Amino acid sequence: MSSWIVILASVIYLVLLFFIAYYVEGKKIAGKRIFNNPYIYALSLAVYCTAWTFYGSVGKASKDGFDFLAVYIGPTLVAPIWIIILRKIIRICKTQRITTIADFISSRYGKNISLASIITVLCFLGVIPYISLQLKAIAESFDIIINPDFKQKSSSYLLFSDTALIVAIFMAAFTVLFGTRRVESNEQHSGMVAAVAFESIIKLLAFLSVGIYVTWVMFDGFGDIFTRASNFVSYQKLFTVKPVSGYSDWFWVSILSGIAATLLPRQFQVGVVENTDENHLKKAIWLFPLYLFLINIFVLPIAFSGQMLFDGLSVNADYFVLDIPLYANNKLLALVVFIGGFAAATSMIIVETIALSTMFSNHLVIPALLGTDYLKQYHQIGLSKILLNSRRIGMILILGTAYGYYHYISKYYSLVSIGLISFVSVAQLAPSIFGGLYWKKGNKTGAISGLIAGFVIWFYTLVLPSLTSSNILSVDFVLYGPFGIEWLKPNALLGMTEFSPIVHSMFFSLIINLGLYVKVSLWTKQSATEQNQAEIFVDIFKYEKIMDTTATWKGVASIPDMQSLLANFLGEQRSKTAIQNFATRNNLDLNQNKADPKLVAYVERVLAGIIGSASARVMLGSVVKEEEIKLAELMDILKESQQLMLLNRELKKAKEQLEDANFILKEIDELKDDFLATVTHELRTPITSIRAFSEILYDNPEIELEERQQYLQIINKETDRLSRLISQVLDLEKYDSGKQKLNLNKENIVEIMKECTDSILQLVKDKGVSLQTKIDLNETEFLIDKDKVMQVVINLLSNAVKFTEPPNGLIVLRVINTGEFLEISVNDNGKGISHEYQQLIFEKFFQARNQTIRKPKGSGLGLAICKKIVELHGGEIKVLSESGKGATFVFTIPKLKA
Amino acid sequence: MTKVDKIRILVADDEPNILLSLEFLMRKSGYEVFIARNGTEAMEIVKTQKPDLAVLDIMMPDIDGYQICDYIKKSKELAACKVIFLSAKSKESDIQKGMSFGADFYMTKPYSTRALMLKVNDLLAAE
Repeated sequence: MSSWIVILASVIYLVLLFFIAYYVEGKKIAGKRIFNNPYIYALSLAVYCTAWTFYGSVGKASKDGFDFLAVYIGPTLVAPIWIIILRKIIRICKTQRITTIADFISSRYGKNISLASIITVLCFLGVIPYISLQLKAIAESFDIIINPDFKQKSSSYLLFSDTALIVAIFMAAFTVLFGTRRVESNEQHSGMVAAVAFESIIKLLAFLSVGIYVTWVMFDGFGDIFTRASNFVSYQKLFTVKPVSGYSDWFWVSILSGIAATLLPRQFQVGVVENTDENHLKKAIWLFPLYLFLINIFVLPIAFSGQMLFDGLSVNADYFVLDIPLYANNKLLALVVFIGGFAAATSMIIVETIALSTMFSNHLVIPALLGTDYLKQYHQIGLSKILLNSRRIGMILILGTAYGYYHYISKYYSLVSIGLISFVSVAQLAPSIFGGLYWKKGNKTGAISGLIAGFVIWFYTLVLPSLTSSNILSVDFVLYGPFGIEWLKPNALLGMTEFSPIVHSMFFSLIINLGLYVKVSLWTKQSATEQNQAEIFVDIFKYEKIMDTTATWKGVASIPDMQSLLANFLGEQRSKTAIQNFATRNNLDLNQNKADPKLVAYVERVLAGIIGSASARVMLGSVVKEEEIKLAELMDILKESQQLMLLNRELKKAKEQLEDANFILKEIDELKDDFLATVTHELRTPITSIRAFSEILYDNPEIELEERQQYLQIINKETDRLSRLISQVLDLEKYDSGKQKLNLNKENIVEIMKECTDSILQLVKDKGVSLQTKIDLNETEFLIDKDKVMQVVINLLSNAVKFTEPPNGLIVLRVINTGEFLEISVNDNGKGISHEYQQLIFEKFFQARNQTIRKPKGSGLGLAICKKIVELHGGEIKVLSESGKGATFVFTIPKLKA
Repeated sequence: MTKVDKIRILVADDEPNILLSLEFLMRKSGYEVFIARNGTEAMEIVKTQKPDLAVLDIMMPDIDGYQICDYIKKSKELAACKVIFLSAKSKESDIQKGMSFGADFYMTKPYSTRALMLKVNDLLAAE
């Protein structure tokens, strides 16, 4: 294929990536976060699948069969645990504004600069081979697509004498342009994430298309390929696990890759730093394994097809994916595959270099400058420039070194073996990270000793032997051990030969790393800051809410100093707004010269987001005098904040409850006021008459006897009315407060009814109406309070008398027995009660407040009391009536067992 | 006291006994008394008899005392008519409300017959 087509396609692809990043960031600035979703997050995590996966898996499968799968099983098994571990790491990083994995560890172990620098160097060394792998893959795939392996090699076909160098230069330029447009590294690269997610889609689609093409177009499905392959005796070992180290390889490599998928700088970048919502994890933990599953489906079919197609030809199995479509002369598919591989490699290079260059500038350059007082002189001139430039230099340095590693070493190794070297190095971070997350005693000295020991062993057992292949070191060193000492052979320490080199190295380095971390941590003491950070990290879910409002800092600082410190990185305007916003959020007074400890802590966190926590602490130290905070003090501060928050919450709750209660009280109060006003009004009326007539009688002794008698009669009646009213009010109060108790006895209901009618008889006769009693009972004994029931019946009867008019007025008292209830009703043929009032008449003083239906008069409490009595018996009272057609008051009393 | 015969007084209350006491008092002082047992009757008398003074209960079914007072005070024909509220409503706010309708006096129940008559005579003499 013409090289210019390939170059053009690559350039178009990179421009597209640029456009995606640019577009997404533009949307973000416009406030639209349409790309903020769990699918993009999960796809960006698939940056785990690099050229190693895209090309190398087939190569590994062609050589070792199923072994290639271990590095995907590990992450698949680890993914569910991310909900716990990654969520905690994310939470810590968000509250502490941590932006790199080195910063995470150094922050946990007391914001120590040297620890951050060591880890940066180690990550650098560890990840360089991995990046060189990507350069190798791009360069070699480029060479292959132009001049396939299965054809006669001819150097005249090669466009460049050193493709990898061109690729490295090109990628350096691209990453610098792509990755360093902003200073604040904690400001999330949403554009980069979207571009990486896009790359994940491309590489998956490319791999699936070549897989489908091989399986169903070139062959006749999976069955066909596997049947044919099983006929080759030499392939049969590929279907089994290797007898010696095979099984332990599976196990250890799975663990190794699980750790790597969590802690590789690029995984940390997309998984933690770029995470915008913890809830995205919930989808990612199954989407990410699903992605790994999909991209692996066709690995074995392609590997076997390649083996069969190129049997006897010297074709590198690592590039079967590309060679097969070229062999089938499907140039378009070959180009698609090339772009897929290009996507896999570039996504890794972009994210990894951005992550590493941030570490480079924050943990190597800035601390170095801090040490020389250079930064202090540089005040006001915008440190952000230094920061940006050091990041750019970092990127170029990284890709330069990666090229060097490729040139001298990677050329001689397969893609997978190079990648695994990096995995083992990154796994060295595991003890100090996981220990730091859950073990408060883990300390800086322990972490440093474990890390350095682990890395030395890694370097000795994996990197040094790899140098022999380029004759930098003599092979004797590997074969016979240094100076001929057998048990120091880098691939067989202490004579261990059962492991493959990778597992061997991982085993020794991690065991010693972990052992030293634990032992040394127990032997040595933590500094105050370390203790404080350990407390916050391990119990982050307890403290995260109060971090913003808590001063985990003690000392004297001035507000202008704080502002100029921030201005170095954010610019005058932005730092001013940041400080003002924080002050408003926390009710701080900015007019004082002395900065509140909370503000200082906040400035430190913002700085930490830009230059890392250790450098931030040192920078802060240059303008303020800090006093050490002891753990006990910190615990007090944190506890206080927490209690304050709790107290606030409780106070709020109490206030709400109080408001509710107050509202109810007010309502009750209003009801009571209403009741009292009505009662007093009702009391005033008879008193008014009594007083008026007493005065009249007193002032007018000449009044005729008859008239005098009439007035005295009025006084008498009104006095009666008054005392009746008073006793009813007291009665009602007893019912309302629950003080009224029933005096239940077995009573003969027929006799009681007789007593009631007898007592009302005179009133009926006076009015000139008639009264009938109809009793229909199969039993007559009921458990009731006789006096109370009589009170109800007499009240209803006397009401009926008031509402019936002679000569046709008729009142019927009816008593029946309806199974569970005794039902007593009083019917009259008076004017009736309209529907709207039928419920209301049982309310106290209803008639007083609704004077239009006030005639004839009563206290307004009678029916209210009746209702209380009936309800106390467990029954109900209601009125059935239609205007003009009389009314029937019915009440029930449940039969109670005597 | 020759003029007294011609003076017409309206008493309005829905309590028959109170009405009875008021009627006695007015008649004894020599005034011509018109009795209203509710607001409607009171309004009718106001319009037809043009009383010189009205003693009004406030809480009456149908039309309340405020409305009657308001009518009297706004009517040109009844410009000379004095109004006394006689009510069981005794809160300061109730009294203020009554006076806001232009009443000449507000007396709470139970009332002193002597104080009421002094006030009635007073208001009529001022004319």
